[in-house]
Order: sequence, then C-alpha cells, then structure tokens
Amino acid sequence: MEVVEHFYYTKEHEWVSVEDNVATIGITEYAQSALGDITFIELPEIGTEVEQFEQFASVESVKAASDIFSPMSGRVIEVNKKLDGNPGLINRSCFDKGWIAKIELSDPEEKSNLMNAQEYQKFLEGLEG
Amino acid sequence: MLADTSLKQTPLYDTHLQLKARMVPFGGWQMPVQYEGILAEYAHTRQGVTVFDTCHMGEFLIEGDYRKSGLDRLVTCRLSDLPKGSCRYGLLLNDEGGVLDDLIVYRIGEQQWMIVVNASTMENDARQFQAQLDPSATFHNVSFLTGKLDIQGPLSREVLKPLVAGIEKLEYYTFDYFPVLGERVIISRTGYTGELGYEIYFPWDRTPELWSAIFADPRVAPAGLGVRDVLRLEMGYSLYGHELNETISPLAAGLGKFVDLEKDFIGREALLKQKSDGLKTKLVCFKSNSRRSPRQHHRIFSAEGRQIGEVTSGTFSPAIETGIGMGFVEPDHAKPGQTIFFGQAEAREAAVTCNRPFYSKGSLKT
Repeated sequence: MEVVEHFYYTKEHEWVSVEDNVATIGITEYAQSALGDITFIELPEIGTEVEQFEQFASVESVKAASDIFSPMSGRVIEVNKKLDGNPGLINRSCFDKGWIAKIELSDPEEKSNLMNAQEYQKFLEGLEG
Repeated sequence: MLADTSLKQTPLYDTHLQLKARMVPFGGWQMPVQYEGILAEYAHTRQGVTVFDTCHMGEFLIEGDYRKSGLDRLVTCRLSDLPKGSCRYGLLLNDEGGVLDDLIVYRIGEQQWMIVVNASTMENDARQFQAQLDPSATFHNVSFLTGKLDIQGPLSREVLKPLVAGIEKLEYYTFDYFPVLGERVIISRTGYTGELGYEIYFPWDRTPELWSAIFADPRVAPAGLGVRDVLRLEMGYSLYGHELNETISPLAAGLGKFVDLEKDFIGREALLKQKSDGLKTKLVCFKSNSRRSPRQHHRIFSAEGRQIGEVTSGTFSPAIETGIGMGFVEPDHAKPGQTIFFGQAEAREAAVTCNRPFYSKGSLKT
C-alpha cells in the first residue's frame, strides 16, 4: 500500500503534510481503497477552528459513510473546492489532487502525536496481518 | 488475510481471488463484494454486460400436483395458471403473515417445479417445505449441486448467442432447457438488475468452465454484491433481511400483487386481518435532495421533525446522482411527493418520497 515519505499519519488514515505553519490534510490510499468510489464530501467551513483528532469533514462512498478527523489543531484557511463536483478525485489522487483542506497550525509540535511514513507502513502491515 | 473457515465457498472462490475481488461474508458465504469498483461495475452492467456469481443461492426440485402436494399453500403467488416454462415471483410466509423468504417458482412440467431461494434462508426454507409438503410429493434440495451465474446487461443476449443456441427466443420471466458445454441446463430470463439478463443453472463443479466460456468474450466484466445492491435498489426491488423479514408482511412491503388472496396459503388469515384492521407501517421509497445517501437504520422524520420510521436500504444512485432509499413509515407518509428527512440521530437531509422504480430506462424487456 502506497505511503508518502515526508507526510505524517493518523490511525484513522488521514495524512498531513506540513510546510512552515500550514498543514495540508487528506485521506490515505488505505482509506480511499476501503471506502470505494467516493460520491460525496462535506468540507469544513473556512475559518473553523479545529482541535487535533476532532471531526472536521465527512465522506460518503456508494455503500459507506465515514468521518474525517483533523490530524492537527488549527484554523481552516482553504478547502479543495474541486471535490464538491468531483469527489472521485480522492480515489484517483488521494495524496495529491484529492487533498481536502489546509489549516494554519496552532501547535506544530503536535506532529509528535502522529506516525511518520515508516511507522504508518508498519501500522498498515499490522492491520493486514 | 486468513480465510474464515466457517463460511462456505462457491466453486468460483479461487477465480474471485485471482481477479483480486474484495471478499465479504454474506448469508454464510464468502462472496465478492467488488472487483474493479462499484461505479465501474455499475456502468458495465447498465451499458454492457456483467456476470455475477450467484452459486450461493438455493434451489429445490419438487414433484407433485400443485394443490395435492401442498406447494400451493406454501407460496403466495398463484400456481394454477402458471404456464410450463414460466417463472413467477412469490413469498414464503409464516402463520403470522411474516416473510420467511422471497423466491421464484419455475414450472418445469405439469407436476415438476423448481424453487429458487435466498442463500441465508435456504436451510430454514428447506425445513419449512419438508414439513409442509404432502408425503406424496418429492422434495430435493439441490442447492449444493447447482451452480448459478447471472449474466446481466443490454449486451447479455449478444454475448450468450455463440454459447447458447436459441437463447434469443427466451421471453422475459420464462425459461427453457438449453445445451451448454455438453450439459442440458435451465436458463431463465430473469435477474435482479433491471437490465436484460439471464440466470444459468449449471452443475456445481463445472461452473468455473462456464464462467471461463462466458469471459472468452472481452466485453464481459465481473460484478460483485456491492453493485448488485445498487442496481436492485434503483429498481426498487426488495432484499431479504432489509425490506423483508419474519415480522414484515408482504402487504406492508408493497408486494400485494405477488399475493393471491383468492387461494389458500399459509399466512393468508393474518394478511386478511391486516387488510381489515389497516397497516401500521408501509414501505416508502425516497430520493435525497443531495448526493448524501440514506443508510440502513437511519431514522426517517416527518417535515415537522417527528420520527415516523426507519431506513431499511440506502445507497448513492449513479443514475440520478442523488442518494436513494427505502424504509418503513406510518402509512400516511408513504405517499409519493412528500418531503421527509433522514439521518442518524436527528433529521439531517431532506428527501422526497416517490414511486418505484427509481430507474426506468433499463433494457429489462428489450
């Protein structure tokens, strides 16, 4: 299962990419594959303050629905508007074009509560074993 | 992943693994839920042709006069005027008028019948048939000898022509014996998708050969239980365990036309009483006002926000690009054209009640 080297990961299969004080958030290959064809996404509103691991979005696939939790705390500054009309973008490009939201971090040190790529890879192997 | 050994496998189990299908438990069987993906398999079924492994389903062979054998009392549909070579949908009820199973009766001869039942209910159905049939009738449960493939989609006839001489003469809801790969087998023009389609009953062990022969045509793709549920929901077809169970009456489930109240059958008294007392709940079909989909066990609320029922099935409909669902509500709210709401704990999404089917452009009767 594909993971991206410099991203951080949650046990709920969200990823976060941190650049300076801004984090880009999405769901992983494992999550999109488990959900199947995604048909709807509820994006957070810009300006929303979120706590680490707090629900801030939700996705639905043909046969399932799932909450998305913010991997870190901060304020939502941008959402991926392309997903509104084209939620399947998450299936096709979950680590890149299918990103969900960007937040301005309130505490970049929260990264230490997340898994790095190697740890997440191990975590996935544990799930599949 | 370790295989769950308590689950039964169809003769196509290895084929599904080779095709990298995602396998799930269903009615006591390990079954493919999807191969390429639900939306791809959906498009393939509505526009081309797909094949479903339905070997898990049950088949009973019965010999005897329809009335003297007791068969007529077991099923709700009328058998007296069912022509040889025709299929008829019906229900198996308990004394209280609850649904033990939904099934299809095939009249093979004047006194020869095949009954096709659901996988999860098969053992229980067999006990009910054996208990209720007259000793003069013969009953054979051939479920584990009989494989079955469903070939569904507007191209299904074209794909089967080279394999099955004479397939084009088969009319909707009829069947016949055809020579296929050296066997003489029953093929019916039936299905669960709303598209032109066929069900082929085949010797269990040789079903993989039939699968391969059909897949020799590159237009054919495999389809799993995930898309099967989407396709049947768009048609408004009931699924046992969702819209039907032992506490739901066929009248509440909107299946009155498959119940012949003029003949004697198990559960009839209870249904007549329901008719005179009035139904407490009724099946409702509804379309979400958004792409958000209802899910089983979501609650249904009136426009005023009062809980009036519960969702039994829901999905995203690729045909109309909104969520669609079925559920049971107080009878006044089941009428089409009304605004309702659905959601997990509170009323979240607006929907409008409607008639079934949700999708009516299928190739079913072409």
